[in-house]
Amino acid sequence: MNTLLWTLPLWPLVGFLLNGFFGRRWGKRTAGLVACASVFLSFAVSLFAFAAVRSADTGRLTVTLFDWIVTGNFHASVSFLLDPLSAVMILVVTGVSFLIHVYSLGYMGHDPDQPRYFSFLNLFVFFMLMLVLADNFLVMYIGWEGVGLCSYLLIGFWFRRLSAVRAGMKAFVVNRIGDFGFSLAIFLIFWHFNTVNFLEVFERAPSVAAAYSGTLTAIGLLLLLGATGKSAQIPLYVWLPDAMEGPTPVSALIHAATMVTAGVYMIARCSTLFALAPVTLLVVAIIGAATALFAASMALVQNDIKKVLAYSTISQLGYMFLALGVGAFAAGIFHLMTHAFFKALLFLGAGSVIHALSNEQDLRKMGGLKKSMPVTYWTFLIAALAIAGVPPLAGFVSKDEILWRSFSSPLGHWTFWLVGTITAALTAFYMFRLVFLAFHGESRVAHDVHPHESPASMAQPLIALAVLSVIGGWIGWPRTLGGGAWFEHFLRPVFEHADQTLALSAGEHSAGLEYGLMAVSIIVGLLGILLAYQWYIKSPERPERWKARFAGLYNLVLNKYWVDELYDTVIVRPIVGLGRVVYRGFDLAVIDGAANGIAGLMQSLAAGGVKTSTGRFRFGAATFAVGCAVALGWVLVTVMGAAR
Amino acid sequence: MGILSVLIFFPVLCGVALLVWPGERHAQIRGFATVASAVEFIVSLWLWFGFVPGGGFQFVESLDWISRYGIGYRVGVDGISLLLVLLTTLLTVIAVVSSYSAIQTGRKGYYASLLFLETGVIGAFLATDVFLFYVFWEVMLIPMYFLIGVWGGQRRIYATVKFVLYTMAGSLLMLVAILWTYQYSGGFSGHGTFNLLDWYGLGIPASAQRWLFAAFALAFAIKVPMFPFHTWLPDAHVEAPAAGSVMLAGVLLKLGAYGFLRFAIPLFPQGFEYFADTLWILSVIGIVYGAIMTLIQEDIKSLIAYSSVSHLGFVMLGIMALNLVGATGSLLQQINHGISTGALFLLVGMIYERRHTRKIADYGGIFAVVPVFSIAFLIVALSSIGLPGTNGFVGEFLILLGAFNARPIFATISTVGVILAAGYMLWLVRRVFFGPVVHAVNETIRDLTRRELATLIPLLALIFWIGIYPRPFLDRIGPDLESWLKRVRTVEMIKAPAWDRPTPFVPPEAVLSRAAGKTPGDGGTP
Repeated sequence: MNTLLWTLPLWPLVGFLLNGFFGRRWGKRTAGLVACASVFLSFAVSLFAFAAVRSADTGRLTVTLFDWIVTGNFHASVSFLLDPLSAVMILVVTGVSFLIHVYSLGYMGHDPDQPRYFSFLNLFVFFMLMLVLADNFLVMYIGWEGVGLCSYLLIGFWFRRLSAVRAGMKAFVVNRIGDFGFSLAIFLIFWHFNTVNFLEVFERAPSVAAAYSGTLTAIGLLLLLGATGKSAQIPLYVWLPDAMEGPTPVSALIHAATMVTAGVYMIARCSTLFALAPVTLLVVAIIGAATALFAASMALVQNDIKKVLAYSTISQLGYMFLALGVGAFAAGIFHLMTHAFFKALLFLGAGSVIHALSNEQDLRKMGGLKKSMPVTYWTFLIAALAIAGVPPLAGFVSKDEILWRSFSSPLGHWTFWLVGTITAALTAFYMFRLVFLAFHGESRVAHDVHPHESPASMAQPLIALAVLSVIGGWIGWPRTLGGGAWFEHFLRPVFEHADQTLALSAGEHSAGLEYGLMAVSIIVGLLGILLAYQWYIKSPERPERWKARFAGLYNLVLNKYWVDELYDTVIVRPIVGLGRVVYRGFDLAVIDGAANGIAGLMQSLAAGGVKTSTGRFRFGAATFAVGCAVALGWVLVTVMGAAR
Repeated sequence: MGILSVLIFFPVLCGVALLVWPGERHAQIRGFATVASAVEFIVSLWLWFGFVPGGGFQFVESLDWISRYGIGYRVGVDGISLLLVLLTTLLTVIAVVSSYSAIQTGRKGYYASLLFLETGVIGAFLATDVFLFYVFWEVMLIPMYFLIGVWGGQRRIYATVKFVLYTMAGSLLMLVAILWTYQYSGGFSGHGTFNLLDWYGLGIPASAQRWLFAAFALAFAIKVPMFPFHTWLPDAHVEAPAAGSVMLAGVLLKLGAYGFLRFAIPLFPQGFEYFADTLWILSVIGIVYGAIMTLIQEDIKSLIAYSSVSHLGFVMLGIMALNLVGATGSLLQQINHGISTGALFLLVGMIYERRHTRKIADYGGIFAVVPVFSIAFLIVALSSIGLPGTNGFVGEFLILLGAFNARPIFATISTVGVILAAGYMLWLVRRVFFGPVVHAVNETIRDLTRRELATLIPLLALIFWIGIYPRPFLDRIGPDLESWLKRVRTVEMIKAPAWDRPTPFVPPEAVLSRAAGKTPGDGGTP
């Protein structure tokens, strides 16, 4: 297995290199096939890897490829760690990636730059696999920045569009702010642990925590800063809505299913560290809950189909953070997985709609697509039901687990549950608002556009993801409903340390309470759907009335609480403005002025005030020579004098 | 005659031969220069393979020169200078080849200047006699003076005079300090010496070390350049021909940091201790200030020049850390900066040849027109902002890690420079390469020629080699830096203020057992 394991990230890298160098020469078809094949190979290896982990005695495998950076007492090698957590991640990453690669064959079929697209997509899969397979912080950082690079390149894929390139740049720079935290965390970790290897760090963590109180809190908060960047949480979520400028399959893969979950994965990976500093977990939970609610509110009013989904993603990532924050690490990863299925499906469905409508993304110009696009409609509906938390779909199982744990965990609180439940209602509402606006009612499609169902290469991934959105949650079916909670059991070895540290016990609450809360969350979900039906099917004039009545509030939310404008005014403009002022007023005027002033003074002294007309070059050269001679003479005289 | 002397004098001889060459045909002149620099590079590879890591000065040559004054022709290469010499020989070949079409007048003098410059730089890197070092240090100003002053842009005269005056001002004080130290070593009594290795053991009183260090440091700080001595750099870069910029950024600036490593710090460790805080602060300011200045530049060349101020701030930061991780990172980052910034100036030169403008606003959307050029630029830009997998990451990471262990607050502020770097580089990339093609003239630019690609490929290969497998480099520089640290750490760095004083690291086991009232080692490990 060990020899196979290191080929896992290799295949997409090979695909990237082949398409990067030869893609233009061998054309669109071959480029697409190479890309799909390379990811499929990775997926196949992942299946083997998954089986190998289950049968391994220690429950994990490590492979070291080569020493990367070695100097003094610092040592980092390129090596992989395969344990239940990374096994789940590689399956999700390669599986969803493969489906989205296939989908892209159709979606990007008309784009002449397809080879470039596929090579970037392969490169992304490579870096994502490095990220989740890393066995130390530094290799994780390679993947971490690498996926950020691919995100930048793919958001700005249509580089002639300025808004796309701007969005890509914004994503990269905002993520760098998060990476600032991540890298400081690595410095602190190395300082206190003398290693960056995961297993060694976790092993030494209890003694470091005991000896240096506060250190782990600092490390946890810095890692969290990194996670808020990549996973688009408050305060660094602002890049994700803009990232929708990229091709829709990219939004599905990178900005919904995989890359944005890297922060969740990272915190879960470091659960031992976070558990030893419970304050950090509280912060994680608060950020998660706040982001979930805040982003859901913005999703309510968006008119761009992808923007709705983008805010929804931010909100769902908030759920995952909430789960991590209350110590339910397995639940967070579980929701990561189910969300990857149904959110990828939602995005691909949206892509299918956009494709059919010749790049129309405005919900106000859709409507009635149900008939012309049956596959897209039904699969989209399944995903919408899943995210709305309707049983027995995948989203119901994982979301309900998070809500229950946020209430019942010793680290939880009823306010977390309440915020989560309100968010669930909002989620159901905005999602069915989208469904009704896009697929139901009268068609508002422009007359020259004729919607049509997408080709098979796009429809089949939709169906596959729809199946996963239904059954994907069943592997974690809760015990109270007669399930085995297999998923949590499988991940238990990874979170053992954290669970012990936090002394989490499950059985303090009655089963009745759990049933009750479950019922509440199902009911609010259904109410959300019902309300959306009332507003957008039964009496479509009602939203307009409410808009008018609460115009101020509506505008506040529609304009995303003016957070982008705030950041721009408070951070970006001052830095650039300060730069301009300092450049002219200090760098040129003072520093350079002083230098030139001194030179000018010397010049007039050396020339004895005689005006010359020989031009500045010769004059300068002469001054230079005279000055040198004088200075040298002075030095020699002094030194000789001292010598005597 | 040893290999080091060959490396030092072969270029100057070729340069002279080129000047007296009777032919005037361009192909002959550039062919001659190319062969000369290529031979030099191939010879220098011998150092890479023959070098024994940790062996101190190697390939040493020592001849009496002006024995009356204790001046010797002493040269040697160690882990600190090895990579810098190789970088110089490589960049010279690239500089020569990249100039084929850019230089249309006075070609003989131009190529000869490049070769003279190579001699000066390599001599300065290899000299282990302080007098000899000073000679090379000053000698290399002359070819650079001509390269900018004759083949430069419109304001070349102003730029070149400024460059020379700045450097001279610093080095004169250094000369005074050199002569003082010589005097201290025995002076004209017949025992005086300029041998660097002897100077290391002089035991100069701390009070004298202060001003001696200050004099050396000023000369080197100007060369680096450290804030606030940096304003000559943008002017020099903007006006210099592309190959001149490559050499200036690639190797000349490195002499500043090299001077700190080789001379200022180990010769006057107590003087260094006195000024350590100042240098820390100037380095941190250089990083952040340089990055903010870079952000708002409107000329591509001056943008890259200001980014050098920021990058060289990192290099200084690594030296200041006075630990192996930081020093290794610093030395590696010097090489990285030579590669990445060298490549950036090369690329700017190529686009300048086509469009004759360096203004960012004159470009836009050219990715569609010149994809190969654009991809090369993007790769180099990403390496310059330290993306993992490229050379820049390894150096920058080690520097910050080392600095963090020494002065956490300063390192934290410096890390902000990494964010700003992403801002200025990607903004530049966006404005030049992406968006629609705004100016119709840009629609017909031709992509890179084979010759141009050939000059870039070695640098691109190094970017990934150092980024992915830096061990051959780290292994060669590490051991000598370890002995360097032993030399300079004669004094403990304890002057850091309380808010930025790292707690000396004690393994957690020891802390715990101490708290439990036990002595370390009696089973206190949990």
